[in-house]
Amino acid sequence: MRDTQDPPLIKLEAAELHFPVGGVLAQLQGRSTVVKAVDGVTFELRRGESVGLLGESGCGKTSTGRMLVRLDKATGGRVEFDGEDISALSGDALKRFRSRVQLIFQNPFEALNPRFTIRDVLAEPLENARIPKTEHEGRILRAMALVKLGDAAQFMDRYPHQLSGGQLQRIVMARALILEPEFVVADEPVSMLDVSVRAGVLNVFRDVRAKTGITAIYISHDLALVRYVCERTIVMYLGRIVEDGPTEDIVANPLHPYTQALVAAVPVPHPDQSHEPLPIGRGAPDPRNPPSGCTFRDRCPRAFDRCAVEAPGPTRIQNRIVHCHLHAPET
Amino acid sequence: MTEPLLSLKGLSIAYKVGAHDIIAVEGATFDVQPGSIVGLVGESGCGKTTLARSLTRVLAANARIAGGKAVFCGQDIVGLSERAMNGLRWREIAFIPQSAMNSLDPVYTVGSQLAEVLTRRGGMARAAARKRSEELFEWVGIETNRLGDYPHQFSGGMRQRVAIALALALDPKLIIADEPVTALDVIVQRQILDQLRELKERLGISVILVTHDISVVAYVCDRVVVMYAGRVVETGPMAATLTAPAHPYTMGLRNAFPDLAGAAGELTPIEGSPPDLANPPAGCRFAPRCPFAEARCRTDVPELLPYEGDHLAACHRIAEAETLRARAVASETWEVPA
Ligand SMILES: Nc1ncnc2c1ncn2[C@@H]1O[C@H](COP(=O)(O)OP(=O)(O)OP(=O)(O)O)[C@@H](O)[C@H]1O
Ligand SMILES: Nc1ncnc2c1ncn2[C@@H]1O[C@H](COP(=O)(O)OP(=O)(O)OP(=O)(O)O)[C@@H](O)[C@H]1O
Ligand code: SF4
Ligand code: SF4
Ligand SMILES: [Mg+2]
Ligand SMILES: [Mg+2]
Repeated sequence: MRDTQDPPLIKLEAAELHFPVGGVLAQLQGRSTVVKAVDGVTFELRRGESVGLLGESGCGKTSTGRMLVRLDKATGGRVEFDGEDISALSGDALKRFRSRVQLIFQNPFEALNPRFTIRDVLAEPLENARIPKTEHEGRILRAMALVKLGDAAQFMDRYPHQLSGGQLQRIVMARALILEPEFVVADEPVSMLDVSVRAGVLNVFRDVRAKTGITAIYISHDLALVRYVCERTIVMYLGRIVEDGPTEDIVANPLHPYTQALVAAVPVPHPDQSHEPLPIGRGAPDPRNPPSGCTFRDRCPRAFDRCAVEAPGPTRIQNRIVHCHLHAPET
Repeated sequence: MTEPLLSLKGLSIAYKVGAHDIIAVEGATFDVQPGSIVGLVGESGCGKTTLARSLTRVLAANARIAGGKAVFCGQDIVGLSERAMNGLRWREIAFIPQSAMNSLDPVYTVGSQLAEVLTRRGGMARAAARKRSEELFEWVGIETNRLGDYPHQFSGGMRQRVAIALALALDPKLIIADEPVTALDVIVQRQILDQLRELKERLGISVILVTHDISVVAYVCDRVVVMYAGRVVETGPMAATLTAPAHPYTMGLRNAFPDLAGAAGELTPIEGSPPDLANPPAGCRFAPRCPFAEARCRTDVPELLPYEGDHLAACHRIAEAETLRARAVASETWEVPA
């Protein structure tokens, strides 16, 4: 799938986002350290592709997303959008870039200004982008139809608190889509919603993709959800990619020991399921002080000598990429 | 069947808001057997926390138990004096609040918070309390040398385990855990659920597990109680209730749930949202969202009646459950509420 002729829309090469921690004093005293929120991440996204970014809390999913839409600037490596290095963008070029990409936040209850009506909420990005007023109504109605709020008149003059969580999250999506971006990062867009409502929002997400051909990154720690919206999944651990491949293959046959634990840990809504102990150590990772070599080795049931001295590079196995010495060719 | 450890009969709980009462829990009836895990499920606002809190009588100031009974080991908790209730808390019934991981006191070490419960509540001497604390930490899988750490030095999952250790401190018979794994990563979630199961199997402790996740119920629970808009709509053995639900709401929940073990087909939402409890609809509260609603559903409240054995449901069409189940599988059924 990564051999097609089309140039990728997104291209990350050893991208890094490191945050200094410890404050000014620590820096003056030379005690400062960094959190490597994103630490040498490489992947490409084709146009129209939808990729899940999966991993436990703190592994760098949001940081990766923010870096992709340049809410944070990469501190190392390269992030390209449509052939251009986005770190170098400024002025009008940056503005143009910002109208082509969007981030959908986790919490719909906080994402919208409570004093704006839904009409105002949706008109704001149009005004900022200097879209002629005469086009507003049409664009707003189209965006609302896209997120299946077809009966738009009913919602236009309401305030956010007068909508349900599922309706609000659709408005948040409509707002993100109203300028017809080419790329969207959805950061856990349903985690605050009730289960009975989640399904509706996920279906809308799938529909939007089918109708607009938008390229999307869907951030979640829930593989069961990612599977409904993304044909490809990238699994992260402590700022690095551990596995990247078709979602169904990862679900059916995870290759990296961390992915194996992750897949085994997902409960399913059936009475008969495995209660086998997880193949993983209990400790939680410390992002400020990761182990040498493979950062997963302190929890990995299959770690061996080489894992402590050398970080595993990418190994390609059919249409998957795995970062683990077990799968690496002998050197 | 043995004598239940806890038996709720028509328990109702109201909140006073202005001049009005909101009945957040209405007529809740179910049993908890010794050594079993009961899952309490339902969507946000259906009254799970209110019900859970009422069982140790730690309700909000504007709340009151408006009727019914909650009989624990032969005593009705509802009528108990505050002093007698205090005797039950921690020792007999322990409560782990929703987001317990954020409710530990940040200024004391976790060890001193444990010691406080053991010495003040449990009347233990310092040395015995220290020994018990170590035992509890071992139980929940945290190194004992971390007893001197402050809550912020632990990850969310570890703080949740500390909260479980606190609940276990005085050997209760019943633990009520309000959303103990919500918002945790799947791996941590799994470890905590395994812990709860071990408590049941090795110590014979019963657990009421509040959750909105039916996969969690399927993983650890023996029985399930499904609530909708303040009422128990279905209750039964976990396997029977999840594989052959008798209430349309439970059928809908099942369809809305992603299933990693099944094919990645369509998820079917339940259209609409739960009713405003300040002004609930007459009759069956699920009627406005139910694809099977009939005229009587909008006027008469369905009673919780046996479906099969100790599997009960509150639906006027309970006798047709098998047919409804077959229809509920098709996503078209849920497109426009009848
Ligand atoms: N502005 C910042 N300054 C310092 N550290 C940061 C900053 N933002 C994120 N981090 C750290 O970077 C790491 C990755 O954080 P990030 O928010 O990207 O994780 P995540 O995978 O999105 O987690 P979650 O699932 O909890 O949202 C964490 O250790 C976090 O504490
Ligand atoms: N102190 C209060 N005063 C008035 N109403 C309240 C109070 N606490 C809760 N409620 C209302 O009572 C109902 C039940 O709330 P409860 O917290 O028990 O729900 P829940 O099922 O635990 O929801 P969640 O899944 O969101 O935790 C809700 O409608 C809520 O708004
Ligand atoms: S490289 Fe070594 S430690 Fe890392 S996942 Fe593979 S086997 Fe485990
Ligand atoms: S009583 Fe009627 S409305 Fe309520 S769940 Fe049964 S069929 Fe649906
Ligand atoms: Mg995040
Ligand atoms: Mg609650």
